Amino acid sequence: MKSLLTALPLLATLGLPMAAIADTDPADWDAVTSAAKGQTVYWHAWGGSTATNDFIAWVGDRVSQDYGVTLEHVKLTDTADAVTRVLTEKQAGQDDDSAVDMIWINGANFASMKEAGLLFGPFAEDLPNWQYVDVDGKTVQTDFTVPVEGYESPWAMAQVVFMYDTADMDATLPTAEAMLEWAQANPGRFTYPQPPDFLGATFLKQVLIELTDDNDVLSKPVDEADFVAVTAPLWNYLDALTPVLWRQGQAYPATGPAQLQLMADNEIDLAISFSPGEASTAIANNQLPDTVRTFVLEAGTLGNASFVAVPYNSGSKEGAMVVANFLMSPEAQLRAQDPSILGYGTVLDMAKLSEDERNAFANLDLGIATLSPAELGTVQPEPHGSWMTRITQEWTERYGAGQ
Amino acid sequence: MTDRAVGRPAKAARSFWGALPLLTLIIMIGPVLAGLLGTVLPAFGYLPAAGLGAFSIAPFTELFAWKGIWAATRLSVTTGFAATLLSLAIVTLLMAGWSGTRAFRWLETLLSPLLSVPHAATAFGIAFLIAPSGWIARMISPWLTGWERPPDVLITQDPLGIALTLGLVTKEVPFLLLMALAAKGQSASAQRMRVAQSLGYGRVSGWLKSVFPVIYAQIRLPVLVVLAYSMSVVDVAMILGPTTPPPLSVQVVKWMSDPDRSKRLIASAAALWQLALVIAALGVWWLGERIVARIGLDWVERGARNKMWDKTARPLGLTLGTASALSVLLGLLCLTIWSVAGFWGYPDALPQSLTTKNWARRWPDISDSLITTFQIAALSVVVALALVIGCLEAEHRTGRSLSQKGLWLIYAPLLVPQIAFLPGVQTGLIMAGATSGFWPVALMHVVFVLPYVFLSLTDPWRNWDGRIDTIARSLGTSPTRVLLTLRLPMLLRPILTATAVGFAVSVGQYLPTLLAGGGRVATLTTEAVALSSGGDRRAIGAFGVAQTLTLIAPFAIATLLPYWLWRNRKGLHG
Repeated sequence: MKSLLTALPLLATLGLPMAAIADTDPADWDAVTSAAKGQTVYWHAWGGSTATNDFIAWVGDRVSQDYGVTLEHVKLTDTADAVTRVLTEKQAGQDDDSAVDMIWINGANFASMKEAGLLFGPFAEDLPNWQYVDVDGKTVQTDFTVPVEGYESPWAMAQVVFMYDTADMDATLPTAEAMLEWAQANPGRFTYPQPPDFLGATFLKQVLIELTDDNDVLSKPVDEADFVAVTAPLWNYLDALTPVLWRQGQAYPATGPAQLQLMADNEIDLAISFSPGEASTAIANNQLPDTVRTFVLEAGTLGNASFVAVPYNSGSKEGAMVVANFLMSPEAQLRAQDPSILGYGTVLDMAKLSEDERNAFANLDLGIATLSPAELGTVQPEPHGSWMTRITQEWTERYGAGQ
Repeated sequence: MTDRAVGRPAKAARSFWGALPLLTLIIMIGPVLAGLLGTVLPAFGYLPAAGLGAFSIAPFTELFAWKGIWAATRLSVTTGFAATLLSLAIVTLLMAGWSGTRAFRWLETLLSPLLSVPHAATAFGIAFLIAPSGWIARMISPWLTGWERPPDVLITQDPLGIALTLGLVTKEVPFLLLMALAAKGQSASAQRMRVAQSLGYGRVSGWLKSVFPVIYAQIRLPVLVVLAYSMSVVDVAMILGPTTPPPLSVQVVKWMSDPDRSKRLIASAAALWQLALVIAALGVWWLGERIVARIGLDWVERGARNKMWDKTARPLGLTLGTASALSVLLGLLCLTIWSVAGFWGYPDALPQSLTTKNWARRWPDISDSLITTFQIAALSVVVALALVIGCLEAEHRTGRSLSQKGLWLIYAPLLVPQIAFLPGVQTGLIMAGATSGFWPVALMHVVFVLPYVFLSLTDPWRNWDGRIDTIARSLGTSPTRVLLTLRLPMLLRPILTATAVGFAVSVGQYLPTLLAGGGRVATLTTEAVALSSGGDRRAIGAFGVAQTLTLIAPFAIATLLPYWLWRNRKGLHG
């Protein structure tokens, strides 16, 4: 055992999947739960949303009751802080008892951690509640086209919707071009969070998907495509849009919630969101006027999943797996989907649930501003992660660094 | 018992007092040096963790090829100088025009709440106050302005950084005023003013000529700290500063937290550039001091009485000072209202409904982090006070004062931008095997608290009338007894002020708490900043109010306790 442990850093530098060797086998669930008892799990998750923070606190209460696991929410401003922490620990040779036991993650951060061998796994598909997950209908096995391979476990689905204030806008807008025309007719009433903010970058990707004819090229790494040619329509679009944005594009809201605040202040009438239930939840929490509704584009909108991952050097991997498993339970998923709580889309397949559970989901009042699953329409897959990086870089060059 | 009675232990005591300043220096400078090394190496391309091991100047080439570099640099420099000059000017006008008046006393009592509002909360309050959809606009809309919707005007986040500068000024004025007040007690200002006015000088010009030079000499380092801080501030700049591009410090943080780890190279290069700018700015300021001193001396010698100045300078000082204080207090009031607000849309001057829901759901978090915050602050302030008083007493006993260079080293943690050395400190801590948590955080806080405590205490300490010591010693009193029964009690006011300032500094620390605590130590500030990234005004309001309340107590004690204790000691009121 001793020699195995001392060999771990070496294995890590070789990039081999090594964490599972010294840890409880995820497939042996009884062993996992008994090892988890009494563990404290530090879940590093973005702390900017009160609704999410409350939900995580509730998860903590439940796993403490059922499994004796203590959950501590470490509230981040930026997920990269947790990634950096694990990286710094690895650099310093701290290969056990990391400060981080679990991270709310997806996209570039996941790709970067997986590639650097910073993640524990595979574990996700061995968790008991994986049986309910909608593997075919939802993008839970790839994350921004990177194969997940069990290194992170899904807990919420997100899809782009646009929030608009019916007090100021008559009709929904079917396409990106229609949004531009509306913005030109109503200057100063639209903006998006400043890239590289996640939501702002999502807006850019959404427009790119709308404007490009060839969506296949987006699913491959950006190096394999003619970046200039593929993104030219996007920059033309933004050149036309920027002068009619809020503050003529001289300033942008920093984050999604900051953009929400602008809507509540009646500074803007139209805003992007990555959560179909966000508007309803915000109305329930007095953060938006009750005249706000949502719409999706005709051709569909981007969607992806939120995951949790466990660092290779966590000292409470079993506890983290218990939490990850609980997050996929029908009980937690139902609560997450309730717009008065969180309003996140479920990752579960309704057909795999018991009748009672199915009814509970069906009877959920989604809230006045939330579209039904049918109305949400087509979900477009995320482009390869490298596109987001290049596009936000290019955006910053063009619009984010002064004229 | 006197020293003469103790033979050998006295020698041991002397070496103890001699070693204390060195120990303090090591505590202060160690983390900065170690941290800087962790920045310098990546700035020259060396970052093994990202698989980058070749030394080169590529990160700098990349930095200066970045389109926003000159705008970001200009912002850092202009906001730094503008905020410092304005704050100093306001404090000077207030002291010159109003010292000893009832209006001044009134402003003085406002100091505690003003200092207690954390920087980030102040910035948020002000942002809401002055935005086109903010409180002022709501008060007068639409009935006066006709704005059914807020106008699309850029007020906060303006490209020139005006909102950022003003936001900084509102917080630096109370800090400098506090420092100046602490200095005033030892400056014999009342006597100087009596002489000046009996010679026919106007109030303002008399003060500028006879008192300002003495006071400025004492608050010089705080002014430099304000300059360095204003140039490299992160949290306020994120709220009020422009974003296209942001000031340099904000851009460093953005690069540091980029998922692409190779961005750390350019981030480190930018952090060093920020450090170079701060050093250059300190140099320019030093030069400016020389020039002002030369011109000022001529001006004093010419002997003009300038009585007419009072007519404009006094109202100007009071207006600016009041405006600065009001914007903080009104901002805080806004936050307080937000913390209990139901839906509150434009153009309502007040929320549609009030609710305690926000406080109820956040109270568990607030009360938990309140205890941690208080423990860390108390511990770091006690350690810092002990070290500072030890150093000052050592200087007194051994007769060797810290050299000028030594002093600069003590202030290094305040003058070196945090972002330039904190990430390196984090790596060092982990390598040293310090598991993240309460103790490393408290230790890191000492590094930032100590200079401020030193800053608040040094000049009053040194200016304490040495004749009292001489008399006491000649009556056979031991040095320790002089310290405990005379010096410390007489310097109670600056000591309490230093304690309160130390508390405020500790409570306000964000980056050091986050990095040394590995995110496991949740203080009011880490929670508040995490929430503010979401821009939720209700949450920010609740935490901002809680932070303010935490700090009001120490500041109030520092202001009021001496009045009460010395109600029959006229000479101690300064």
